[in-house]
Amino acid sequence: MPLLEVQELRVEFPTRRGVLTALDGVSFAIEAGEVLGVVGESGAGKSLTGAAVIGLLEPPGRVAGGQILLDGRRIDGLPYEQMRRIRGREIGAIFQDPLTTLNPLYTVGQQLAETMLTHLPVNPAEARRRAIRWLEDVGIPGAAQRIDAYPHEFSGGMRQRVVIALALCAEPRLVIADEPTTALDVSIQAQIITLLKGLCREHGTAIMLITHDMGVIAETADRVAVMYAGRIAEIGPVRDVIKHARHPYTVGLMGSIPSLSARVERLAQIDGAMPRLAAIPPGCAFHPRCGHAFARCKSERPELMDAGGSSRAACWLHAADSASAMVAGAPREARPGDARPGDARPGAARQGVADDAR
Amino acid sequence: MTHAEAPTAASPTASPPAPPLAEAIGLRRDFDVSRPLLARLVAGEGRRRLRAVDEVSFAIARGETLALVGESGCGKSTVAKLMVGLYPPTGGRIRFDGAELGALASRRAQAAYRRRLQMIFQDPYASLNPRWRVRDIIAEPIRAFGLLPDRAAQRARVAELLTQVGLAPADGEKYPHEFSGGQRQRISIARALASAPEFLVCDEPTSALDVSVQAQILNLMKELQRQFGLTYLFISHNLAVVRHMADRLGVMYLGRIVEIGPAETVFATPRHPYTRLLLEALPDLEMTGRARTPVGGEVPNPIDPPPGCTFHPRCPLANARCRAERPELARHGTVEVACHAVEEGRLAEGAALPVAPAAGA
Ligand SMILES: Nc1ncnc2c1ncn2[C@@H]1O[C@H](COP(=O)(O)OP(=O)(O)OP(=O)(O)O)[C@@H](O)[C@H]1O
Ligand SMILES: Nc1ncnc2c1ncn2[C@@H]1O[C@H](COP(=O)(O)OP(=O)(O)OP(=O)(O)O)[C@@H](O)[C@H]1O
Ligand code: SF4
Ligand SMILES: [Mg+2]
Ligand SMILES: [Mg+2]
Repeated sequence: MPLLEVQELRVEFPTRRGVLTALDGVSFAIEAGEVLGVVGESGAGKSLTGAAVIGLLEPPGRVAGGQILLDGRRIDGLPYEQMRRIRGREIGAIFQDPLTTLNPLYTVGQQLAETMLTHLPVNPAEARRRAIRWLEDVGIPGAAQRIDAYPHEFSGGMRQRVVIALALCAEPRLVIADEPTTALDVSIQAQIITLLKGLCREHGTAIMLITHDMGVIAETADRVAVMYAGRIAEIGPVRDVIKHARHPYTVGLMGSIPSLSARVERLAQIDGAMPRLAAIPPGCAFHPRCGHAFARCKSERPELMDAGGSSRAACWLHAADSASAMVAGAPREARPGDARPGDARPGAARQGVADDAR
Repeated sequence: MTHAEAPTAASPTASPPAPPLAEAIGLRRDFDVSRPLLARLVAGEGRRRLRAVDEVSFAIARGETLALVGESGCGKSTVAKLMVGLYPPTGGRIRFDGAELGALASRRAQAAYRRRLQMIFQDPYASLNPRWRVRDIIAEPIRAFGLLPDRAAQRARVAELLTQVGLAPADGEKYPHEFSGGQRQRISIARALASAPEFLVCDEPTSALDVSVQAQILNLMKELQRQFGLTYLFISHNLAVVRHMADRLGVMYLGRIVEIGPAETVFATPRHPYTRLLLEALPDLEMTGRARTPVGGEVPNPIDPPPGCTFHPRCPLANARCRAERPELARHGTVEVACHAVEEGRLAEGAALPVAPAAGA
């Protein structure tokens, strides 16, 4: 049984301008000891997914459908007190905005010690000793000297690492890490990644790693989920998603990574912008920006479907056409280049395929 | 629009460059990090001081981008805040367009200066007033400096800025908490661009952005630079982004610049051992599942920095001189490097660094 299972999650924001659906039918699972990377354009719903799992959606945001299971137990909609105990002890969270997580009125050491005293059977002296150890583990130089500093006395990257230490110090089984390394230089980044991977390996910690940094994903994640406009566009093993992206959005995403080896005048960008929540297009949410869109994409919403290898993509280019349907579910890996939107040609044959979305 | 001076400014070969727009001269900034008085008395210890920025000098020509890179905590944000006058320097001077910043005594002179520069902060959410609507946040510099007296013109300008950073004009009605992390970062970028500054200090401006939006913002920044000759001080830990943006590159280590020169040159032939290790530690997409070697050794404690060259405990080339004598920046072609080994020619340019740091003794 996976440690975390999210099924058909739907999150809504009732506003004066009507109900906005921010997450729509999001499903994924994370096994113990596994790292699931979550990537996707800014505003795609990555942080909201994390916030929903730990029950910290900001009102008026609410889970309006689906369920969230930890160890097979439903945790969405638990009473506040119960959820508070799960948070910290079973699920640790690293938030995207380090300053908002840290309390400016308490020293870094007080905040770490307090968290451990709440969740672990330790005394204050032991908590302080461990706090210094954690600061060392996340690479704060002179940890013993700086443990009594206030958050504002730390640099941006140092604060981010304090937040990481805070999330890990109670030894949770699931860590939701929202952009944990954005403010960090590559070398500290490597140290944090090593630390996270060590936790997975040695303690079976599961990690949901939200980041837009493909380098970090490539090194850390076992599987990757690509989000677009509140939905999962593609999910699969990290190598497949990076090297053989199946969804046109993923292909665009990979193409806009600036390269170290070549300096170009202009970076590739996916033309257009992600739709606003109030105006998510019908059919495939990506179709207005997609170079491969055909009639079906504009009217009918694609669900995640097998897209070759172990990847699943929500894209009609991968709908089993009559030819491959006859191979009776055999993986379509065989043909190199197959299923790469760059090569796939949405021909008339595909447009004519009968509805087999489910 | 008629004077055509902007295009020549960025040319890397122009040897007698135009007078720099922004200049740091021997900048220094200390922080008092003492424990509370009582704790100090109990422990019998004195005041503790942390030198976040030490003898930092650079000049940025008009229309040019200087990027600063370096490990977390090395002093980049402090340099940025010094340059825009948010912190007074403990020592050294800052010049902007020929005028000394500290000498701008009158409020009027300071306001005029402030209009010409803006800063994008590392922490986007903390720099946005949560009680203001986004359109007011973005319009604030326009109003503060009286740039567009007409309300309708202000609204149009805000809408244009929102569109430029990939948001919608209608987003102006919302409050900051209604946005995702990357959207907030773009709001602070729109705000910084609102007063059409000449000099923009960008502290990790795209760190919270996915690659696609990042590409859009970086393209926009370059476009504005080309059109209006904007000058950037650009801080980022993402070397691919730096490579894309920078004309010149400064590498900082523990509060000091250890290497500075044309970005292309530093990337192609890094000289300082730290720069070399930094460039080697880069992650890349080919590395799925493979561990990379971080810059080895412990990051030194800035409260108690190592003597001599502060990099020596981690440096594969360190010798007795490095442990005792602090290397100063010295010119090697177009690049300045602060390293004894480079100065003495102990390591041939381009030769591989020894693997492990030279063991103690
Ligand atoms: N309180 C709120 N009210 C209304 N809309 C909201 C609220 N919080 C988030 N949203 C919207 O929900 C969408 C998803 O936001 P989320 O923070 O999950 O994005 P994200 O994928 O984490 O993006 P980023 O990479 O920029 O952090 C965004 O369009 C955002 O504007
Ligand atoms: N207000 C302050 N009081 C005490 N120390 C400070 C203060 N501001 C910064 N420092 C210290 O100065 C050093 C440099 O900080 P700075 O924020 O400039 O680093 P940075 O290079 O921007 O790092 P990062 O990449 O993590 O943002 C750090 O050791 C930090 O703890
Ligand atoms: S001065 Fe010495 S210790 Fe410092 S970087 Fe150069 S060789 Fe290494
Ligand atoms: Mg987010
Ligand atoms: Mg900083």
